[in-house]
Amino acid sequence: MAEPRTMFEKIWQRHVVVDRDDGYTLLYIDRHLMHDGSAAAFARLKERDMKVRRPDRSFATPDHYILTSSHRPQDIADPQQRHLVEVIKENCDAHGVTVFAAGDPRQGIIHVVGPEQGLTQPGLLMVCGDSHTSTHGALGALAFGIGSSEVTHVMATQCLWQRKPKAMRINVEGRLGDGITGKDIILAIIGKIGAAGAVGHVMEYTGSAIRALSMEGRLTLCNMSIEAGGRAGMVAPDDTTFAYLKDKPYAPKGAMWDTAMAFWKGLPTDPGATFDHEVTLNGSDIAPMVTWGTSPEDALSVTGRVPDPASAADQTRRESMQRALDYMDLKPGTPVEQIPVDRVFIGSCTNSRIEDLRMAARIARGRKAQVPTWVVAGSGLIKQQAEAEGLDKVFREAGFEWREPGCSMCIGVNGDTGVPGQRIASTSNRNFVGRQGRGVRTHLVSPAMAAAAAVTGRFTDVRKMLG
Amino acid sequence: MEPFTKLTAIAVPIDQANVDTDQIIPARYLGRSREQQVEGFFHDMRLDLNGRPREGVTLNDPAYKGAQIIVGNHNFACGSSRENAVTTMVDNGFRAFVAPSFGDIFFNNCFQNGALPIRLPTERVARLRVILHELPGAKLAIDLAAQTVVGPDGQTDKFDIDSFRKDMLLKGTDSIDFTLGYQQDIARFEDGQRRDMPWL
Ligand code: SF4
Repeated sequence: MAEPRTMFEKIWQRHVVVDRDDGYTLLYIDRHLMHDGSAAAFARLKERDMKVRRPDRSFATPDHYILTSSHRPQDIADPQQRHLVEVIKENCDAHGVTVFAAGDPRQGIIHVVGPEQGLTQPGLLMVCGDSHTSTHGALGALAFGIGSSEVTHVMATQCLWQRKPKAMRINVEGRLGDGITGKDIILAIIGKIGAAGAVGHVMEYTGSAIRALSMEGRLTLCNMSIEAGGRAGMVAPDDTTFAYLKDKPYAPKGAMWDTAMAFWKGLPTDPGATFDHEVTLNGSDIAPMVTWGTSPEDALSVTGRVPDPASAADQTRRESMQRALDYMDLKPGTPVEQIPVDRVFIGSCTNSRIEDLRMAARIARGRKAQVPTWVVAGSGLIKQQAEAEGLDKVFREAGFEWREPGCSMCIGVNGDTGVPGQRIASTSNRNFVGRQGRGVRTHLVSPAMAAAAAVTGRFTDVRKMLG
Repeated sequence: MEPFTKLTAIAVPIDQANVDTDQIIPARYLGRSREQQVEGFFHDMRLDLNGRPREGVTLNDPAYKGAQIIVGNHNFACGSSRENAVTTMVDNGFRAFVAPSFGDIFFNNCFQNGALPIRLPTERVARLRVILHELPGAKLAIDLAAQTVVGPDGQTDKFDIDSFRKDMLLKGTDSIDFTLGYQQDIARFEDGQRRDMPWL
């Protein structure tokens, strides 16, 4: 019998173009996703007078620089920003690459658009010049972020040189409580293994708590693999995956669906396959999570208290905790539920899908925002669906702002930033210093927790609000 | 690409772990030209909200002026894939980074820009940072061919690097040209895939 293999290993082996003796492998890229930060990569391709090798395997959409007040490029005041939103269409048109441009309802955050269009499929090798490409692993793809030079390399050759990462399994067993989401699971994982806990590894999430997650929950989970340092994150494809993928625009149809299905069914990790590293968490122990510091690893339960640097294991950690507390303007020992917020952001490639919006609406319904709160859907299609379900009305009635799709306050390069000193409950993925604007204090939470913070003006255990 | 062979230069210590690429270059610089990004280098870590240099930041200390090497801590340059994190450091004169571990994408991006990320054991990197604090302006000597770093204390450390990356850096090889040498293999793979995965 053949050696048992992990899902990662199977996908890797299937994409080897060249294996060199020095440990480097030339891998074939099935799908290359691009966003409005790809202008420099296109410019380098042009300098070499080259064309995109596989325009049929490349897809793009503007997300980072697009406004969320209006999608008309002419409304963008900053000329460099406007150029980036416009030039992606010009570049894609010139190379025959499919682009979901501003004004197209299919436009959205690239990591939302890929799965939504059925571009993301089990067993594919996918890359994008963005670290949250790990998102696509939720469907059982091997997907990772690359730098801008590598983007040019993929444009030119459809391949990438890689050294094989190690494999890590994160096993989450048990039943999640009501109000506990993929976001809480991944924050609990990062809190446990640390922001560098998975450096050099591809993570596979397994266990009953993961199997029970919806596709949206799995996308959130895999999205933040990079925040644990992971090269990629993945979940084995199953009926949840297939039901999600069926009839998506770019999913295989008819007999091709059956052919693809035969391949997809063989992808899950074989029994007995070994991982370089294994971690287990108990899903029923996971509470709603809130980050208190400036790294996603600074995560704790909403029922907890801000930690004391005096309790740190070593001096480096003590100093970094102190620095984080100073930046966040928090005192050790403060109960999380007593921390007031100034603003709330619900959106980003982590948490802007329909289920996220439904969950936020469930909390917002019949309540009133105490602080400015934005809801930014992940794509035009999600925005339409939410409106068809009346979620926008729920949000508006609660005093939330309902905006146009884009990355928005996750990174703020389109101008959607907070002001210095502001404390924001955010459903995004990075609470780094200055991520949402200079001096802005970011606390990462789930959409449910963000909505709860919006209507109470402070962090509140959302479990108390589920009626 | 500019080759990297040997570098003897002042090294500046940065003690924090998990220095993310948002610190190395804040996002608001990303949509700007490469020239405009030069000032983004550790901008908010170096300067306060009024644009005044912050105290206690090694990068502001004139004793490290002219440094071309950064000695960091765990998970150096983690976070976003922005290659600007490498280019802004290169454009500010830095060519080599020493740390116990790096963000994976940053690590790969270095090689595309003639920069060398070096992993050394945690204790040794901690020791180097201490020495560099005590002797600001002290130099490290890096020899890529020999895979060595000599500290200000005279201790020589060997570091690991894949021969693939090493050759490319030493020669300044262009990776696209290199890969185009495998055109036939790529075409063969594509033929096979048309049969294997016809739904794509
Ligand atoms: S939403 Fe945030 S993390 Fe996601 S792609 Fe946009 S900027 Fe990156």
